[in-house]
Amino acid sequence: MALDGSKPQFKLLGTRPNRPDGLDKVTGRARYGADLNAPGQLHGAILRSPHAHARIVSIDASKALALKGVKAVVTRADFATGLTGDDWNMQENCMAGEKALYDGHAVAAVAATTPLLAKDAAKLIEVEYEILPHVTDVDEAMKEGAPVIRDGAADYSVPDGLHPNVVRYYENGKGDLEAGFAEADLIVERSFKTEAAHQGYIEPHACLAQLGTDGQGELWCCTQGHWFVRQMCTAALGIETSQLKVTPSEIGGGFGGKTTVFIDPVALALSRKAGGTPVKLVMSRSEVLRATGPTASASMDIKMGMTKDGRITAASGVFRMQGGAFPGAPVDVTTDLAFANYRIENVHHVGYDVMTNRPKQAAYRAPGAPMAAFACESVVDEMATKLGIDPLDIRLKNGVVEGDRSTYGPKVKKVGLIETLEAAKAHPNYAAPLGPNQGRGVASGYWMNWGGDTSASVAIGEDGAVAVTVGTPDIGGSRASMALMAAETFGIPYENVRVHIADTASLGINEPTHGSRATFASGLAVIQSAKECIQKMCVRAAEKWDIDPDAVTWEDGFAKPSGPNAGDFEPLSIAEIAGEMSDTGGPIAGHFEANPGKFGGSFGTHVVDVEVDPETGRTTILRYLVVQDAGKAIHPSYVEGQFQGGAVQGIGWALNEEYVYGPDGRLQNPIFLDYRVPVASDLPMIDTVIVEVPNPGHPYGVRGVGETGITPPLPAIANAVAAATGVRFTELPLSPPKVLAGIKAAKHA
Amino acid sequence: MSKIHVTTTVNGDEVEYLCDPRETLLDCLRDRVGMMGVKEGCGTGDCGACSVTVDGRLVCSCLMLGAEAEGKEIGTIEGMADGDQLHPLQQKFIEHAALQCGICTPGILVAAEALLKKNPDPTETELRYWLAGNLCRCTGYDKIIRAVMDAAADMREAS
Amino acid sequence: MASFANSKDSAKLGGCPDHGDLMNYHTPTSFSDASAIASATSGVTRFLAGGTDVLVQLRSDLVTPDDLIDIKHIEGVKDITQRADGGWDLGVAVAGAEMTEHAALIADWPGLVEGMDLIGSTQVQGRATLVGNLCNGSPAADSVPGMVAAGCTVTVTGPDGSRKVAVEDIPAGPGRTTLQKGELISKVHIPARGENGGDAYLRFIPRTEMDIAVVGCAVNLRIEGDIITEARVVMGAVAPTVVLVNDAATAIIGSTLDETALDALAQAATAACNPIDDKRGTIEFRKDVAGVLAKRAAKIAYGRAKGEAQ
Repeated sequence: MALDGSKPQFKLLGTRPNRPDGLDKVTGRARYGADLNAPGQLHGAILRSPHAHARIVSIDASKALALKGVKAVVTRADFATGLTGDDWNMQENCMAGEKALYDGHAVAAVAATTPLLAKDAAKLIEVEYEILPHVTDVDEAMKEGAPVIRDGAADYSVPDGLHPNVVRYYENGKGDLEAGFAEADLIVERSFKTEAAHQGYIEPHACLAQLGTDGQGELWCCTQGHWFVRQMCTAALGIETSQLKVTPSEIGGGFGGKTTVFIDPVALALSRKAGGTPVKLVMSRSEVLRATGPTASASMDIKMGMTKDGRITAASGVFRMQGGAFPGAPVDVTTDLAFANYRIENVHHVGYDVMTNRPKQAAYRAPGAPMAAFACESVVDEMATKLGIDPLDIRLKNGVVEGDRSTYGPKVKKVGLIETLEAAKAHPNYAAPLGPNQGRGVASGYWMNWGGDTSASVAIGEDGAVAVTVGTPDIGGSRASMALMAAETFGIPYENVRVHIADTASLGINEPTHGSRATFASGLAVIQSAKECIQKMCVRAAEKWDIDPDAVTWEDGFAKPSGPNAGDFEPLSIAEIAGEMSDTGGPIAGHFEANPGKFGGSFGTHVVDVEVDPETGRTTILRYLVVQDAGKAIHPSYVEGQFQGGAVQGIGWALNEEYVYGPDGRLQNPIFLDYRVPVASDLPMIDTVIVEVPNPGHPYGVRGVGETGITPPLPAIANAVAAATGVRFTELPLSPPKVLAGIKAAKHA
Repeated sequence: MSKIHVTTTVNGDEVEYLCDPRETLLDCLRDRVGMMGVKEGCGTGDCGACSVTVDGRLVCSCLMLGAEAEGKEIGTIEGMADGDQLHPLQQKFIEHAALQCGICTPGILVAAEALLKKNPDPTETELRYWLAGNLCRCTGYDKIIRAVMDAAADMREAS
Repeated sequence: MASFANSKDSAKLGGCPDHGDLMNYHTPTSFSDASAIASATSGVTRFLAGGTDVLVQLRSDLVTPDDLIDIKHIEGVKDITQRADGGWDLGVAVAGAEMTEHAALIADWPGLVEGMDLIGSTQVQGRATLVGNLCNGSPAADSVPGMVAAGCTVTVTGPDGSRKVAVEDIPAGPGRTTLQKGELISKVHIPARGENGGDAYLRFIPRTEMDIAVVGCAVNLRIEGDIITEARVVMGAVAPTVVLVNDAATAIIGSTLDETALDALAQAATAACNPIDDKRGTIEFRKDVAGVLAKRAAKIAYGRAKGEAQ
């Protein structure tokens, strides 16, 4: 069998069967967050602060409550008290307490008999605000005299003398920086800025909540992780986790943004206040953009040194990141991954987590990594250009391999960076001719991936069909990969497996579908659970044959006698064993509860060709190539899909997506018209190459692939634009006004 | 409370509903007719998730009032397959893995079908511009474009 | 004519404890009825044709009209007809998609139709109208520069009857028009194309689709031989209303659209700009791109006037 790794040839892994939920999703039958209704349900609406920073002096809901059909109004007073740390941050973000901390911060909510009535009633809630000075830029927020978002929010890591808006400080390094720079023939030092980008999932947050006065409740919602939702909601409301059952709907995109809660505790609070009547709450797009997590924005200083022949001798970076009005900007990840592509002896990085009057940042695909990659890979590109070295060669020379000491500490495990670089170099896109005003950009990126708390169960039905139950919502085809891994392990047809996503009452806890962990961790859990089933079925066969269970092997869906008994008995199929299981010892199932730690990181290398209109500054993507290490691609189509989707999100972030705040601190573009995600006509086909350097920590070699793909596009595109225009841009997005201004300035210089 | 009584045809079946004048066709299709395959992504005509046809014309159902549907023929994703026989576009979307989360899929299928009715042999560029009002955040559009082009080729061959 | 509302009482939000925000929906069958409804109401009125702006404003809580008057039940509002003089009359509910499917109209006025076609997505094209785009009052309206460049007029129907107004006289500033209470546009008139003419519209947007114009430019011209004899150059999104730039027209009239004329055109276009810095573009960028687009649009219009395939 394949599990011992001796036979690399798989029967099913690497094939491309139709996804099990495909039919539901092309017929409109699949039920997403807003698609479930309950008898007698009420509809919720949230009143949000129009101010970036304001003290809430009073809230008067009497006019709203006077409307016929309005059943409940909740404010912060309707939530649990005494929370601390992340729980408090989450609760405060879902419903403002003493202060509204950003434009769009929830201050009250209402439940009424119709959606329109709820919306109208919310407008009748009168809030008296005392407007406070605000700050939305990370560099401004660190300056002396900047408005203090919340005193005492900083943790122990912050050195004395920094502004109270600096809430976390992170420092990491090794070697001798001074000596490293002394060794360099070329030193480049530059500062960079990136704006916040939103995950931009097409499905707004939605839930249907019911919570009785007995403290028992149910919640249906679109989420990447319903156990996280359960923990957060029960904490916010002051009830025990087991009292709330959370069922995940199909999810219309998340990209990290649906690993936390915004409206779910509010809907539950409304239901509780309305006497346990179910409450449906659905966000509008403008609420999503104003009040749910965009990324952090970043301001960064990079200095790197290189010898003439292209060896990196030293690197240092300072990373200032704002994550909105709460601690949590991913400074540690940004900092650690900044130079992670490279073998550098002398390296030092510092990160600042800074609060501003913006929405609380949420995870977004490789959270923190793209900003650092933009800064670092731009500098490496500039050095390669100055030294006349091919950008792939410079990466081949310095790229990390197994056994190297990483820039952030641990030893590098088996990784596939070099393999991606070699594949990129061999690809025809890298040799395609370029015309006037066109340029090619290269960059690599990394995501370390994750295991996390994982539970799964695999049960054999009476007819031998297999039910797989996992706790990671299927956000991009993971049912197909689970079914493939289960079928491969059992040696049965893909169609004989059905994969279910369980509610919170049906499995042990699970982390969300995040950290590129679902195919790795839930996949591993499914494989182990299947192996437990196989072991049990071998025992049943052994008992039937009256031989030693160790003398039974499992092959292609059959228990077979082996060793001294080989050929003595007819093999027993999974269906035959299952058909008799009630008489041979009862149900057969396997399960898994652990947090798999042997996840393997994934490197990617992107090559992009652009054309820049020198008269308008507009950038057109001509060609795009993604090469990434998947370890083992279980379902290659969905691996390619992750590569392509990540690349295009990165293209959006690099070129046109940004949060635009006015002088009043209000978000000026909370609409897809002006928050410009890429549309179909903006793009060429996205070429992909799947590199497979198996992860030794997974039975089939799987590495997570979801996140790495958004890391290289920011620098790759900036490098291509630099090649096309001769101008090095250091601030994203590369919007036409910025690029045209840069081209003009370079002409006059 | 006086509401507007609307009689309209949805996927060939006559339906009636009462609606508030402020309710959009999208609201009415979802909440009054039960066509939950029609999705709301933005409510402002920028994402295309709510795409339907009205008298054969592709529109965003969020940009039309429910009251305006009186006497019209509405087509939604629920009417695309012929019984258990999937439309070639639906089949190709599954085969090409042209969906990840699937929330944009109904709107894109309805939009693509409207294009192929008008132009059975679109170029990739024509297709990309036709679908520019249908946002997909998961796929980068690559597999969507391939699926539609493949379905179009099959449909041309079959006709 | 029929009217619907969620309350017969015209009490507004908060004044009526039984209901929320109210909106009356009317479906008049004549323009005089539509005008009468709009004249009679004391509140906020909106006319509904394609609805692609009205519904967005409704949804975004920017404008909830007290009275919404759907004019699509009026006879003739979906008609595209060619007059005896060769010009065109368009009903006020003709959608963009209906214009782009009209080969003869496109053959005459490709630039004007392009301007309409650039608004929004395919889906929006199924509903959006020229008149809606005009009356929304956006300085960045894509269809308006082309209409002004072509010399279009509209019939305005009001309580005192109907009058013809030049399209450039309708916008009064961002979100405002010169239409008086009870007045609405009931027809669009496009002049006859005539011989040796060509028009074009270009806009700049950051993406390839789905954006509001950062700068727009329409050029309509006529030639004799290689010489430009008539021209109208109109800029959008660079001032509170669209701007008919006479200096830009002067710069190319009498020329063969040589480099000198093009440079003068670009300078005049840039000089006519009075833009703002906003989320979509800077003042400097708009001024620069105005000149660039004017040149590019003029070249296309000139090529069309010469009968070159475009």
